[in-house]
Amino acid sequence: MTSYLTFLLVFMIIAALAAVTMEDLLSAVISLGALGFAASIVFLMLKAPDVEIVKRIVEVLVLVLLVRATIRRDVETVSGTRDTFGMIAAAVLILLMSVFVIKVVGSLPEVGDSAMARNADAPSNHYLDKSLEETGAGNAVTGVLLDYRGYDTLGEATVLFAAVLGAVTLLRKRARRLPAGRAES
Amino acid sequence: MSEIVRTVTRWIFAFIATYGVYLVAYGHLTPGGGFAGGVMLASGYVLLVLSRGAKEAEKSLGLRPAKALDSVGALLFLAIAVLGLVLGQGFFENFIQKSTPGEPLEILNAGIIPLCNIAIALKVMTSLFVVFVVMASVRFAGSGEELEYTSEEE
Repeated sequence: MTSYLTFLLVFMIIAALAAVTMEDLLSAVISLGALGFAASIVFLMLKAPDVEIVKRIVEVLVLVLLVRATIRRDVETVSGTRDTFGMIAAAVLILLMSVFVIKVVGSLPEVGDSAMARNADAPSNHYLDKSLEETGAGNAVTGVLLDYRGYDTLGEATVLFAAVLGAVTLLRKRARRLPAGRAES
Repeated sequence: MSEIVRTVTRWIFAFIATYGVYLVAYGHLTPGGGFAGGVMLASGYVLLVLSRGAKEAEKSLGLRPAKALDSVGALLFLAIAVLGLVLGQGFFENFIQKSTPGEPLEILNAGIIPLCNIAIALKVMTSLFVVFVVMASVRFAGSGEELEYTSEEE
């Protein structure tokens, strides 16, 4: 399974590089979509079907939205040399992050082993043992999301609500007419 | 779009909607849940808007009812949480499961979890649909065809 994972991860890196370097905007969006679908397959292989379903469906919707936004638009192209300082800063940051990530990955358990096995009184163990009995939900993920951690889900819904409110307010077509006597600033 | 696209999308919409409703209704038993099912249903409506044009798609889900349903979903979710405080001991307490536990692994089970799933699905479906319509119909300078969605009339 590890070889399949490696293949998918390499594919994702290539797709990401392609998305950045592609000149055509539509092709870049499509490579971004390929990256997302590869990521959803990775989630499925790592036995997280809930995440996989959400990832795949959101990917489709975002792809449609991006294609709709990029197609038939007059895109401005910029030319000239790249910002040297920005590139060096980005390279240093990526190197630094890679060092940290490699250190952390070394201490992770093997793929398929449970991370909370080392800590006997981790709440995750309680959720796995008792969620069917206490919440009645056969899917432990939903049991955690909507029963034990319902408060977090409420926050998530609030974030979505605020985002929609912002989009509707900022992208509206009609403005309210100012009352007479008040000049537009 | 052409007649072929319109007909095929009408059929495909039935499958998308069925899968979306399944994801919501069985969210407490199989992978899925309110968020995934809501996004699925939203993408179905987006398909309708793209294939038929906004004017005709408005008959199935307009922008105004979508905005209203968005708020209804959010308030429903909050109401379920507050009911736990009123009828049980705490915010978000699963008071139905505590008082009348159902058969394990049955669809009518798990107390408030299916109800929360339905509320979240309603919320996510309508809010993503509103975001799509608003972002797709925004006027960019120098762009050609527009996706007009007219139900924003006061």
